[in-house]
Formats: sequence, structure tokens, C-alpha cells
Amino acid sequence: MITVNDIHKSFGENHVLKGVSTVFENGKTNLVIGQSGSGKTVFLKCLLGLFQPEKGSIDYDGKDYAQLSTKEKRNLRQEMGMVFQGSALFDSMTVEGNVRFPLEMFTKQPKSEMEDRVNAVLKRVNLVDAHHKFPAEISGGMQKRVAIARAIVMNPKYLFCDEPNSGLDPKTAILIDDLIKEITEEYDITTVINTHDMNSVMQIGEKILFLKNGYKEWEGTKHEIFKTDNEAVTNFVYSSDLFKKVRQMYIEEKN
Amino acid sequence: MNYFSSIGGYAIMVKEVFKKPTKWRIMKSLILKEIDELIFGSLGIIVFISFFIGAVVAIQTALNLTNPLIPRNLIAFATRQSVILEFAPTFVSIIMAGKVGSYITSSIGTMRVTEQIDALEVMGVNSLNYLVFPKIIAMLFYPFAIAISMYVGILGGWMAGVFGGFLTNADFSSGLQTDFIPFHITYAFIKTLLFAFIIATIPSYHGYYMKGGALEVGKASTTSFVWTSVVIIILNYILTQLLLG
Repeated sequence: MITVNDIHKSFGENHVLKGVSTVFENGKTNLVIGQSGSGKTVFLKCLLGLFQPEKGSIDYDGKDYAQLSTKEKRNLRQEMGMVFQGSALFDSMTVEGNVRFPLEMFTKQPKSEMEDRVNAVLKRVNLVDAHHKFPAEISGGMQKRVAIARAIVMNPKYLFCDEPNSGLDPKTAILIDDLIKEITEEYDITTVINTHDMNSVMQIGEKILFLKNGYKEWEGTKHEIFKTDNEAVTNFVYSSDLFKKVRQMYIEEKN
Repeated sequence: MNYFSSIGGYAIMVKEVFKKPTKWRIMKSLILKEIDELIFGSLGIIVFISFFIGAVVAIQTALNLTNPLIPRNLIAFATRQSVILEFAPTFVSIIMAGKVGSYITSSIGTMRVTEQIDALEVMGVNSLNYLVFPKIIAMLFYPFAIAISMYVGILGGWMAGVFGGFLTNADFSSGLQTDFIPFHITYAFIKTLLFAFIIATIPSYHGYYMKGGALEVGKASTTSFVWTSVVIIILNYILTQLLLG
């Protein structure tokens, strides 16, 4: 569980996060949504420890990140998995090398054990024939799956994804969403996803946090988002005619 | 003010490079890869340039020796001194700042742009140690490349001088041994080692802390070449004054 207490983050004069508080529970897919410039990426980077908030705290299962020693922070980071927007795979390594990298870095497992683990996670993300290919030789969807495999290979407690299905076709995007949700439940991970994709919101949003201008504007579940009368949320989520109709149908069905 | 913050940032980076070392098993393969990339990958251009510069120095000296009272073996002496004292350690280092430096800046800069450095940090890897330390260690082998440059430069001078008919083999051999001061070799290698550190770290700094996209990677490579060259030239002056002055 991740508890965020009133965090503030500025860059010079630019006050990006203005007091955001929330709780992300285990085994749930938590989505952070909001317009570009609303502070989503900065929020995620604060959760990852890449940015240090000026005020407020972030607790990982009760441990305040800011109060941890450097060694404890590094250990905690080894319990985090991250799927970057552009996958961020290491160009000079094969698919197998990318997935094996955290194991080589942080474990003393024998080679055969590492190989078994790599094969298992690659199989889990439905990638069986790409072991020896380089990132440049595989599609965007496959790169995302390799990134997910790399993120889960160490059995993380926390999984963070920044726009995991951006640039993917709708079918692959749904596959990636489903995969993240399955993995979250299977490994009982606390998953936080930054997204613009409203399909993801409707499909896997067990908890949705809506940021606007650095503030928490709204939070709730994918079912509650249909019923909310918060104008900022409805303007953002139901900006397309399709989603407006979907919402209308949902409300009519419930009534 | 900007320059001061860059110098401070560079010092902090160098300190971070030596903190929290990466596992030796992984570091070993990174170092070998960098030796191959930075040293062996540069030998061709070093040998090519050294040979012809050595030859040109010999020819230029020969053509300017019009006084019959000046011995012809001065051609070999001038070639040796130019190559050992300045050409091999300094001029080759400027070339390496372009070749190796731009490679280092662009490879690290691309990793920054594509969030690969963030990925390392999120995993709890000291990205500076992982990326820069192997380059510094690989560049410790740079003096071997410079030794080759010295040898090939003098060889070029010998071929141009003897086969060009400017002096005899015996003249060249005696000129090479005239007034030889062994400390000049020490001085050249002290310079080389410091330049090696500069070539490994300044381009790394420009790549690691760059912001922006592909265009900025190109700009960072250019800036890193300019600053590496400037620092090498200034350091060359200071070291020459300190060691030979």
C-alpha cells in the first residue's frame, strides 16, 4: 500500500503539485489521469523517488520514503518495477538481457536459475520467440511487454506504469491493460498507472485519481466515474461523443 | 555564473561515479566493452594520423634547414621532440575528444532522452557508476594508444626523411638519440593520463545532464567537444609550465 500525504513539488517558480493526498491499495490497478501539464508525470516520479517533494510524505507500507537511509531507499527501489512510456529498454541488450538485467544486478542466483526466471516471465507476457532479438527489432507492443517482464522479474511489491499503451493500436492496448491487471492481482502488487487512455479507465480503473493543475480534483472507481457530476472530470473523460453515449447508456441501464 | 554551476555539477558527478560500485561481474564486462570501443576502436585513426603528421614534421623541418652548417640529423631530433612532447599526447587527445568524446556524449545522451538512465535509477542502480566508471577505467589504457602514436609518428618521419632523400638512415638514427631526456616521456604520459580522464568525464557530463530530444543530443556532442578541447589546451599549458618550466 502506498499512502501519499499532502505532497508539494515545485520547479523554480512553477508549483506543479499543490498538496496531493491519496492511498493506493495492494492488488489494485490505480490510475492517475488528467490533462497534459496537470502534474501526473511529476507525481509518478515523486512516487518513484526520482523527485523529492518539498512538503508532505509518501509512505510505502508504512515506511516514509524521505526518512529512509540511502541503503534502505535503494533496497526499496529494488521492490519497485517501472514501465516507462517509451519502454526504456537498453538498446545494447537483447530482450533476454534486458529482462535478466535486474537479476544479474541484485541477486546471486546461478545462471540456470536466472534463465528459468527470465523464461517464465517472458512466457507470462506472451513473448516466447523474441529472446535473442534487440529492442530495435521488435514492435512497440512487444517492447511494452518486454518492459513489463523486466519490471516484474524481481517480484516487485509496487508497479508503476507511465502511459503503458500510448502509441499502440487499440487491440494491443487492451492486451497490455489486461496483462497489467492480471499481473497486479496474481502477484498482489500495488500498481499505479499514468494514463490518457479512457479505454483503460473504463476497463481496469479500480481506483482513479484525477489531477487538475496540481490538485487532486476527484478520486473514485470506474463505476463512480460514470455517475460523478464533477464538471472537470466529465469534461475530461467524456470529451468524445462515444464516451458521452457510453455514459448515458450506463446511467440509463442503472436507472 | 553558469560556468561555476557547471564546474560544481561536474565535480559532484565525478564524486558520484566512485560511489556504490556496480557488481564486479557486470563491471568487468562493461570495462572490456569500453576498452574495445574507446581504445581499440580508435587505433586505426590514431595510427593513420600519427604516421602522416610525423612524416610532414620531418619534411617541413628538412625544407626549412637551408643552412649547410646545421646537421641533417636535426630533422630526426625535431620529429622526435614534436611527436613525443606535443603531437602524440596533445594533438591526438584533441582528435580523441572529437571521436571518443562525441561517442560518449551521444550514447549517454540518447540513454537520457529515451529514459534508460531513469530506468537504471528506478532499479536502484548508481547510473553514473554504471555508465561512466567503465569509461574512466578503459581510458587508463589510453597511454598505450599514445605510445603507439609516438612510435608510428617517428616511423612516419623516418620514412619521409630517408626515402624522401632528406637524410641518411645513420643521420636519422643519431638525431633520434641526440639530447634525449627520459623525463620527456614521463611528462608526455602524465599529460596523457590526465587528458584520458578529461576525455572520459567531460563528454559523460554533457551527455548525462542533457535535457531535450534528439536535436539536443547533437548540440550536447558539439558542446562537449568544444569544452573537452578547451580544457585539454589549458591543462596542457599548465602541465607544461609545471613539469618543464
